[in-house]
Amino acid sequence: MSAPVLRIADLVAGYELDVPVVRGADMEISSGEIVAILGPNGAGKSTLIKAVAGLVPVFGGRVHLGERDITGWKSHDLIRQGLAFVPQTENVFASMSVAENLALASAVLPRAQRRTRLDTMYDFFPDLARQKSLLAGRLSGGQRQMLAVARALLVEPALLMLDEPSAGLSPKLVELVFTKLKEIRQSGVTILLVEQNARAALAIADRGYVLAEGRNHHTGTGAALLADRTVAELYLGGISRSAP
Amino acid sequence: MNPQFLADGLLMGAMIGLGAIGVTLTYSILRFANFAHGEFVTWGAYGTLAIIGLIGFAYGGDISEIAPFSFGWPLIIAGLIAALLTGLMALALDRLLFSRLRAKGTAIIMVMASFGASMALRSLCEFFFTSQPRYFSRDIQMAIEILPGMRMTPDQMFMIGLTAVLVTAMHLLMTRTTLGRSMRAVSENPALAGVVGIDVDSIVRATWLIGGALAAAAGVMSGIVVQIRPFMGFDLLLPLFAAAILGGIGSVPGAVIGGLIVGLAEALAVPLIGANFRAAVAFALLIAVLLIRPTGIFGVRE
Repeated sequence: MSAPVLRIADLVAGYELDVPVVRGADMEISSGEIVAILGPNGAGKSTLIKAVAGLVPVFGGRVHLGERDITGWKSHDLIRQGLAFVPQTENVFASMSVAENLALASAVLPRAQRRTRLDTMYDFFPDLARQKSLLAGRLSGGQRQMLAVARALLVEPALLMLDEPSAGLSPKLVELVFTKLKEIRQSGVTILLVEQNARAALAIADRGYVLAEGRNHHTGTGAALLADRTVAELYLGGISRSAP
Repeated sequence: MNPQFLADGLLMGAMIGLGAIGVTLTYSILRFANFAHGEFVTWGAYGTLAIIGLIGFAYGGDISEIAPFSFGWPLIIAGLIAALLTGLMALALDRLLFSRLRAKGTAIIMVMASFGASMALRSLCEFFFTSQPRYFSRDIQMAIEILPGMRMTPDQMFMIGLTAVLVTAMHLLMTRTTLGRSMRAVSENPALAGVVGIDVDSIVRATWLIGGALAAAAGVMSGIVVQIRPFMGFDLLLPLFAAAILGGIGSVPGAVIGGLIVGLAEALAVPLIGANFRAAVAFALLIAVLLIRPTGIFGVRE
């Protein structure tokens, strides 16, 4: 296995020092993997990914992106290091057009690369290319999610982190988003996602971490977690029963 | 009715509009109503006056005016320097006061602090410059008839032209440049702005600089067409907020159009209901907007 892209060691994070939400999580994500973080509501999944993304204060532990210690870095510095994040909600600028959203994100790239990267994204997301001048606030839920992902991919990140990419989408759109994520991985991007929709996530994930009460509870390959009845019933809403 | 009110209102509106741009930007990006904004207007005017004095001292003797205006090149140079200094003053106020409160406080604490800052800055101004009204020029200018029944002095026309240039420049900045887009992004969603790579702190600094500089421009205009007093900015505060809210918080064109509406309404009030009620017009407009369309003309529902 190649060197980890992201290494989280004993991470403690949350909104208030005396009540941390994440209480000692450990994870390693290798290059080219899709890893899903799962767990019941309130397990600290979103807080964990937001802490890595620089949006929630870190109180303890370390986060390494490749060789670099990025613990407590601000989000605007992280994107320049190749760590891109797609928040769950309000992940596009609704008052700006599709083109403006992408142009804004391209500002972190060297000037000479901007045009090419934007064209690449429009090729990869033809729906967005057709709606360049539309206000992002008028896009459908699925298109909005695609715009948010395109914005994150624009900078050619080493690691793409997504917080509940399927939230609020119809089953058909969820399938579309996850198919797109598989394509993105094939282009060499490592993906870490937090998901409530465990079945959809584990279907494309190489590995999964099940979080409970802010700590790792269980880990394994996607298939193994899907097959594990205890995990499924306790933490994943009994998905194995409904699985075919 | 005498159409002169249109010219007066346009001029007043241009001044209010320029000042309101700063109010609307700080309100939308920093999420609090900065009541010290009026002092930037005042300090911009006094700063210009002081720098003109220094230039006059350095050059010795009279520097002739640029015909047909009442002022010479020193005012233009001094105005530019004062605009920069006022921007830096706004930045310093943020560093010393607002940024500390932002880290832990709520909006109401910031608003109260800005009240305090406003009083301190105004008293400081009175201490340095006394409360005697001052003038950039005591020359009396002849107004020219620009339209039947409408007169304006060359100074006033210059001010309206300057406002048009500044407002156009601001509009282009907000819509065409990365800085402007970043400012809009921070105003809509600061957390997401960070995620896409915008350094929110540097955008906040740019906002103070721009807001302070435009307030100084409004102050110089007010000083040229009226007079310079320590209370000039404070008295303008209510119209500034009325204009910013009327236009829709966060919108630069909105602030300017709001400013023109407030200015024209105030000017119209003089012949209709009497000059005593002039100041009440901004208040009445503000209340009406808050009741009927709280998001303003160009505002977006949150």
